[in-house]
Amino acid sequence: MADFIPIAVSILFHGLAMAMVLYLISVGLSVTMGLMGFVNLAHGAFAMAGGYVLIILMKKQGWPYGLALAAAVVICMLASLVLERLLYRRLYGGDELDQVLMTMGLIFVSVGGATFLFGPVAQSLDPPAMLRGQIHILGRDFPTYRSFLILCGALLVTALWLGLERTRFGAQVRASVDNLRMAQTLGINTSKLFAIAFALGSGLAALGGGLGAELLSVGPTYALDNLVYCLIVVSVGGLGSIRGPFAAALLVGVTDTAFKYLAPELGAFFIYALTMAILLWRPRGLFGTAS
Amino acid sequence: MTAPAADAPDRKADIDAFARRHKFRWTEALPWAAAIACYFTFENYHALGAQIFATILFALSLDLLIGYAGIITLGHAAFFGVGAYAAGIMAANGFHEPLSGLVIAALAAGIAGFASGAIVLRTSGLTLLMQTLVVAALLQELANKWTSVTGGSDGLLGMKIDPVFGVFRFDLFGNTAYIYCLAVLFLGWLAARNLICSPFGRSLTGIRENAARMRAIGAPVERRKIIIYTISAALAGVSGALIAQTTALVGLGALSLGRSGELLIMLIIGGIGRLYGAFIGVPLYMIAQDRFAAVDPVFWYFWIGLFMIFDGVFARGGALGVIARRRGGSPPQ
Repeated sequence: MADFIPIAVSILFHGLAMAMVLYLISVGLSVTMGLMGFVNLAHGAFAMAGGYVLIILMKKQGWPYGLALAAAVVICMLASLVLERLLYRRLYGGDELDQVLMTMGLIFVSVGGATFLFGPVAQSLDPPAMLRGQIHILGRDFPTYRSFLILCGALLVTALWLGLERTRFGAQVRASVDNLRMAQTLGINTSKLFAIAFALGSGLAALGGGLGAELLSVGPTYALDNLVYCLIVVSVGGLGSIRGPFAAALLVGVTDTAFKYLAPELGAFFIYALTMAILLWRPRGLFGTAS
Repeated sequence: MTAPAADAPDRKADIDAFARRHKFRWTEALPWAAAIACYFTFENYHALGAQIFATILFALSLDLLIGYAGIITLGHAAFFGVGAYAAGIMAANGFHEPLSGLVIAALAAGIAGFASGAIVLRTSGLTLLMQTLVVAALLQELANKWTSVTGGSDGLLGMKIDPVFGVFRFDLFGNTAYIYCLAVLFLGWLAARNLICSPFGRSLTGIRENAARMRAIGAPVERRKIIIYTISAALAGVSGALIAQTTALVGLGALSLGRSGELLIMLIIGGIGRLYGAFIGVPLYMIAQDRFAAVDPVFWYFWIGLFMIFDGVFARGGALGVIARRRGGSPPQ
């Protein structure tokens, strides 16, 4: 029993770090699905792009970490805006299957494009010297980078929550998730709103992909590999909410870490079974508002 | 829809057209004629042809769910995999007769479909998509960990298949496999065609269009969904068994999300809810894949991806959807 606490702390710590990354790369998906009812399977491709831009800018151009990360977010947001106006917008309110085909196509293009540009091997992130090594908290050593990750995640969650609850834009988003037609009737420019929400979501995904590059390695098949976990986070959390995916990411991150550590022979079995049980119990997810 | 008496002749024409849609048209013979012609013209591609036929059957089973019953699933590979493993495990453990292998595979996949359908079909939309995906993922984990039976990540090896009817041996060139898969596909197609033309099949379309109204006129919506889910799963199982028997190999990929997704893509490219989408989308995708992916998989992913984006945005409804629109025509049945 003596070594129970260190193990529990370690699982919680690494689970939390995982949860933050999962949250960042999924929350945009939850909002766009809730807002536009759009099944954007290619959301993970923006996270991958974020990871690649960060790593390439640091390695090839020698940019500092913070600047490269900011550039990755901005570049991905701009790219997503272009894609939204060019492709996504045409399928809003359209047939789900055409959406699936188009976004799967985007995933395939991202796989092919990333392999062509950066090769088939996953890239690794070299964090700056400040974030390497261990940090000493309460008589225990924790990896500095992951502590940083958790801190960033916590700050972002708070900022997002405040942004959605306290700002005018947040109120418009919430109104549109609740009732799109009514929001339009009230004069909210939903087309613009969609574009901004989409770009914000993609930017967050890019941030998650960049920050989490140490945890989820950045390779060409990133969007495919992480698709299932993203979808689990979104569906268990509930569409169109900010705290739902957070709760779900915590649940998935911590349980997944725990099972990989304590019962690796079970693999991902438990996560899948848990997802199924939760969705049977609450078909709209834990905090779902949009149907 | 309540037509006054003056419209009676028009209504008769409508009813006649409705009754005639079950009759065979000459165009429906085209795929079969093409398949037989290909047997003689592309002698070096019989193995690929057999795979295509088995996959068409798989896509056909998915079309019954998505196109007709409106049940959107991302985990149809679960039943393909169950069928493949059922047939494979039998063949690897001393039971080598192929036709009974197909029957066992259909039963196993049908049972899996019934059991999972009874649970997951309570939900709809994204939740249903996730439930079907998770069922397939669970089965894949099971096959991955249960190595003593399934061979785990190495795949199931050591299958031995007897000649069909004790006469036609499975040869290296796929000649027997070609005819075998084509014959099974033909039977599967007949069954599917009859099913969707039957009152049961029409009621599925009703459920797809408006489940609440179907419930209001007394149709047992939930039960019918479970029945079609079971039938579709059994057909998918037969398709899995065909591929297992003709390639003598079953791997974890048979149960993967990739398999389900790829199948969905092939079906959407061909056109959903028109029965023949599978016959167009599957050969198109698989032949292109065979040509290009072997040369350069990167190239393949990139271009098929671009094609899919274009198809999804501009050519909605797949190839058959585009053709129907050009002829000023019908939405899916």
